[in-house]
Amino acid sequence: MKRFIGFVTKEFYHIFRDRRSLFILFGMPIVQILLFGFAITNEINNVDIAILDHSNDAITKEIINKISASKYFSIIQLIEREDDIESVFKKGNVKAVLNFEQDFSKNLIKERQATVQILTDATDPNTANTISNYVNSILKKYQQEQNKAITINYVIVSEPRMVYNPELKSVYMFVPGVMTIILMLVSAMMTSISITREKELGTMEILLVSPIKPFQVIVGKVFPYIFLSVINAIIIVLLSIFIFKMPVQGSLILLAFESILFIVSALALGILISTISATQQTAMMISLMGLMLPVILLSGFIFPISSMPIPLQFISHAIPAKWFIIILKGIMLKGVGLEFIWKETLILIGMTVLFMGISVKKYKIRLE
Amino acid sequence: MGISINHISKSYKHVKALQDISFDVKPNELFGLIGPDGAGKTTLFRILTTLLIANEGNATIAGYDVIHDFKEIRKHVGYMPGKFSLYQDLTIEENLKFFATIFGTTIDENYDLIKDIYVQIEPFKNRRAGKLSGGMKQKLALCCALIHKPKVLFLDEPTTGVDPVSRKEFWDMLKRLQQKNITILVSTPYMDEAALCDRIALIQDGEILQIDTPETIVKQYPKTIYNVNASNMYQLIMSLKAYPHQYSVYPFGEFVHYTDTRDGFNPDELKQYLQAQNLSNITIEKTQATIEDSFMEFAK
Repeated sequence: MKRFIGFVTKEFYHIFRDRRSLFILFGMPIVQILLFGFAITNEINNVDIAILDHSNDAITKEIINKISASKYFSIIQLIEREDDIESVFKKGNVKAVLNFEQDFSKNLIKERQATVQILTDATDPNTANTISNYVNSILKKYQQEQNKAITINYVIVSEPRMVYNPELKSVYMFVPGVMTIILMLVSAMMTSISITREKELGTMEILLVSPIKPFQVIVGKVFPYIFLSVINAIIIVLLSIFIFKMPVQGSLILLAFESILFIVSALALGILISTISATQQTAMMISLMGLMLPVILLSGFIFPISSMPIPLQFISHAIPAKWFIIILKGIMLKGVGLEFIWKETLILIGMTVLFMGISVKKYKIRLE
Repeated sequence: MGISINHISKSYKHVKALQDISFDVKPNELFGLIGPDGAGKTTLFRILTTLLIANEGNATIAGYDVIHDFKEIRKHVGYMPGKFSLYQDLTIEENLKFFATIFGTTIDENYDLIKDIYVQIEPFKNRRAGKLSGGMKQKLALCCALIHKPKVLFLDEPTTGVDPVSRKEFWDMLKRLQQKNITILVSTPYMDEAALCDRIALIQDGEILQIDTPETIVKQYPKTIYNVNASNMYQLIMSLKAYPHQYSVYPFGEFVHYTDTRDGFNPDELKQYLQAQNLSNITIEKTQATIEDSFMEFAK
């Protein structure tokens, strides 16, 4: 036990004396959360659009007013000719153009049908899609209001309600994702680097020629990082609660337990990486390329897993982060208890045991 | 309590690092492994400290087998690798304390063993190991290797990169440690340090050339060596090498060590030859053979 405490003390010296790493360790979560929360967002606000109104009558005016009154759009340009559409897009500041056909009102009243063309700049497909949806819903709303006066048979009124995130805040989606990335990176990268550093500096040689046991070295390496990662998780949760008003619907104790479980599985992965890499640089590259990318791309953090090709969906099952994100969203947004996420929890426990087992087996008691 | 090595061979992918090495180190002996870089010294150390497994042969340390009893060996030996391998971001005191702890002891418990060495670096005990001079690093590394009172001490090139004064101090310390019932196996590329060992093994290209006391090895040198000096060192060496009767010519400090093939060698004859080669200030004197001369002779 004394040996173990001595080892952990030494690890803490290493961590606290390496100011730069310490700064990254605690600076990264704060910067990432703020960045994802404020800057990177799927919502649209005050998108600049242009109007080409061939009809220029009472109804088109009213529609245009409704659009410009919404907080989503600001009309910055009125154009006169079809030919100008391309040139405003090319300038780049206009993201969409509404093109009302000639005799819009007349057609609407006489033929009961009129056309407005929505042109969007699809160089950014997500935004284009969102813009077109928003415009559509404004038009639909207008139509429903008008139809109240006239009675038509069979009108289906769809009434969307977004549960768990009624305001569609993207920060709700980013917080679980960023928390996952950070815990994964801090835990896996830092441990793998710290073990390979011993190899690189030759201190592993002395540690091997001493009575200290392999599991004491491994647990001694992991222990300080569990501590630091928990602090990180707390910082992230506090930031998201107090700055982004993100609710934590479920139990905080369950959240803490699941986070520690994920941290331990990431640490186990870190140890595994260190057993296969000889230098700190390799360890870092494997952690960054092998963990960061899958966590961002395949965990369902940004891109929905259900819309991926089947082989990628398959791979995503093997990524611990995917399960943790499901757990996090469940606890934080839906407020579910363990009875709804026991399957994901078991999968994480299984993965952790597997990684640990392989690491202890692969830990070299000699130099080769 | 000594070391026994039997027919150890080790090869890496394309290199034969050690070939059929056998020797014994007696209890409390200060044994030197002398050879140039790449001779296989570090590989042998790693096999003896249980870090590598030999392809053939076996060895015991203080009676324990290096493969089966590796856990016992790891408790009872002190190992100082060739490369400085302490924690650079820990202070002298923290390093020493750490190694004491992982060996299940304390600094106080074995302080008398390291006292002579530790007092020299104690004034800097709060300085980080990375900021120490080469000599101080070696002293600290030796303290860390000794803190658990090992039965056998392995020192792999402990004086490489250390200034001459510190080197001398270091060897004085080894001599004192020997008095405290510690068997020491030390390797060095410096031939002058060989004379300070009880016995030495000369090793080159993974093979042992000779094992004996330094005195005996020097005595066995078959030829008479002459110190030759002249004004132009380079030209002197070239001229000596061109001399038809030369047996060996090695630069040695400010002199050239010269041996002749003939039994009835007359130095005056050589002097005349060198004068004819436009060399001046020529001196030719008999001298004692050194370990280096012996090594060169064996390695020939």
